[in-house]
Amino acid sequence: MSTSENRPPTNNTPAVDLPPATGIAESWAAFRSRVRGGDLGAIPVVVGLALIWTIFQILNPTFLSSANLVNLAMQSAALGTIALGVVLVLLLAQIDLSVGSLSGLAAAILAVTFTQLGWPLIAAIAAALAAGAIFGWFYGFLLTRFGVPSFVITLAGLLGVLGLQLWVLGKLGSINIPFDSWIVQFAQLMFLPAWLSYVLAGVATLAYVGAHLSLANRRSRAGLLPESRTAILLRGALMIVALLFGAWYLNTDRGIGLMFLLFIVLVIAMDFALKRTRWGRSIYAVGGNVEAARRAGIRVDRVYISVFMVSATLAALGGILAASRLAAANQSSGGGDTNLTAIAAAVIGGASLFGGRGSAWSALLGIVVIQSISSGLTLLSLDSSVRYMVTGAVLLLAVIIDSMSRRSRALHGRF
Amino acid sequence: MTEVTPASSDDEPILSLRGISKQFGAINALNDVSLDIYPGEVVAIVGDNGAGKSTLVKVLAGVHPASSGTITYRGDEVSLANPTDARDLGIATVFQDLALCDNLDVVSNLFLGRELGRSALDEVEMEQQTWALLRQLSAKIPSVRTPVAGLSGGQRQTVAIARSLIGNPSIVVLDEPTAALGVAQTAEVLNLIEHLRERGHGIVLVSHNMADVQAVADRVVVLRLGRNNGDFAVADVTYEDIIAAITGATDNAVSRRAGMTGATFTRVKEGLSS
Repeated sequence: MSTSENRPPTNNTPAVDLPPATGIAESWAAFRSRVRGGDLGAIPVVVGLALIWTIFQILNPTFLSSANLVNLAMQSAALGTIALGVVLVLLLAQIDLSVGSLSGLAAAILAVTFTQLGWPLIAAIAAALAAGAIFGWFYGFLLTRFGVPSFVITLAGLLGVLGLQLWVLGKLGSINIPFDSWIVQFAQLMFLPAWLSYVLAGVATLAYVGAHLSLANRRSRAGLLPESRTAILLRGALMIVALLFGAWYLNTDRGIGLMFLLFIVLVIAMDFALKRTRWGRSIYAVGGNVEAARRAGIRVDRVYISVFMVSATLAALGGILAASRLAAANQSSGGGDTNLTAIAAAVIGGASLFGGRGSAWSALLGIVVIQSISSGLTLLSLDSSVRYMVTGAVLLLAVIIDSMSRRSRALHGRF
Repeated sequence: MTEVTPASSDDEPILSLRGISKQFGAINALNDVSLDIYPGEVVAIVGDNGAGKSTLVKVLAGVHPASSGTITYRGDEVSLANPTDARDLGIATVFQDLALCDNLDVVSNLFLGRELGRSALDEVEMEQQTWALLRQLSAKIPSVRTPVAGLSGGQRQTVAIARSLIGNPSIVVLDEPTAALGVAQTAEVLNLIEHLRERGHGIVLVSHNMADVQAVADRVVVLRLGRNNGDFAVADVTYEDIIAAITGATDNAVSRRAGMTGATFTRVKEGLSS
């Protein structure tokens, strides 16, 4: 399909209009100009991930084996869910340092209410999630009511929530969650049947291509420049090949874990909420310019409170998933490096610490990078000392890239 | 005070302010100020620093409610207690700092806080309306889908003004729209203001720049120390008269200086010729 055919009738066409590009050549040109202007998007992290995978595969041929990748996916789900909440908070140029403690508290509540108090599992999960939501509301309330920086509020939360977690666990210190409960089965043993994984790959691709084609049609009818159909179909073809190959490769081992699938679904849902709803738009607006958002009539306080609530609830969900995978909650649940790994994942994945930039996919990319490093170093029989140092270096690199691309954007007059 | 009949005296004023006062603690920022805004007319508000221009803008925008006085909108008394009241009445304000979100594109900025679409955002409809609005204003914006950080100062001002027109307000208040702009960009914004007047909006232009005021305003309201100090039709008033009203005297530093530099200039010329 030629470019000129896609041009809409001229009566409604603006005199000067560059993007959206209509052909593959134009798409490529627009992409290059964006990158030159410092709008790197997901490029650094994708390149970094390719590099990490190549290096580890050379050092240890089992790294890219399907068995290891299946594990990698399962390991990413819990922390990735926490990181997804962190992305939201970072979009507002805020921080939540207590996500680790919140996940630990959720694990403790799940274990105690389910095994000690004999609550139904679904009620135990709801209670754990509600605890997260309440703390998130409290953080948002303190931030909007008293103007205390979220750094300090959530630092206090880190300690306070950890204390609460220990109190909930009581003298036992460690509580096992029965193996035959469905939540543990879900986190450890449930995998997509092979046929269903291929069906889902097809459905996802059809949905993607269908949505973009219908948008292009609507834009043509409205007299706006539509996206090139060729480009959409090409991307759809790439997508189906990648998804089918990925699914087939993982299916040669145990397959795609349901817990990982849940994480992916959360990422896609969050991506939709951020890009296509008023709530998402107001998050980006508040992260970009709070005063402008306020004057535009956005209820800024509500945005802050809702984001902290969603973020803390996702942290609690991450804690539940982690406890289920471990089949236990203990005093170190959500402790150690959980907190900083989740925040590092969001930043490595491309969520800017300066607010207003990043996407739900940052959480997925970031956590896969971190877990790849962790898994690769473990395969090389290196202990956690090296893992911490390497992860720290990667985080530093990610922040430097963020700052540099921000400076470059400023030079090129882009945000 | 010079009484003038506004350019469109047969029309009712859209908005009338009478006896508006505003106190901040012990300070009287506005004292018994009156202002009429007519459709299709540009009224400039000028005054020295501290004359109360910004306070008057904030009263109009509903940011600072007046302490006393009456505001009538098309004959009905109304109150401007908060920004939403002002917006609902159809008073749109473009503040000096523009209040744009640099990370969002033009379309998102234009519809910020009043996005179209039921559950999901209707980007196609919003983009279409954005182009329609920009075309009406003959505005030159290269793309509505790049972040506004990439636009020039004049284009950013254009976006801010276009945003104020969403919802078709009857009054547009512009606070120092040309203060940060270069010559060409200033001309663009002045063209834009004339476009708004042709569309029949009542326009309040707050400016320090007498050249801009004389270029586009129909009427000049002078504030001095929080009070009205003159209401002139631009067509029959001189620069010196306005300055006199702003400073409060015909014999003032500005006019003395004007005379002085003229004299100096003559002397230099004489020196050169001799």
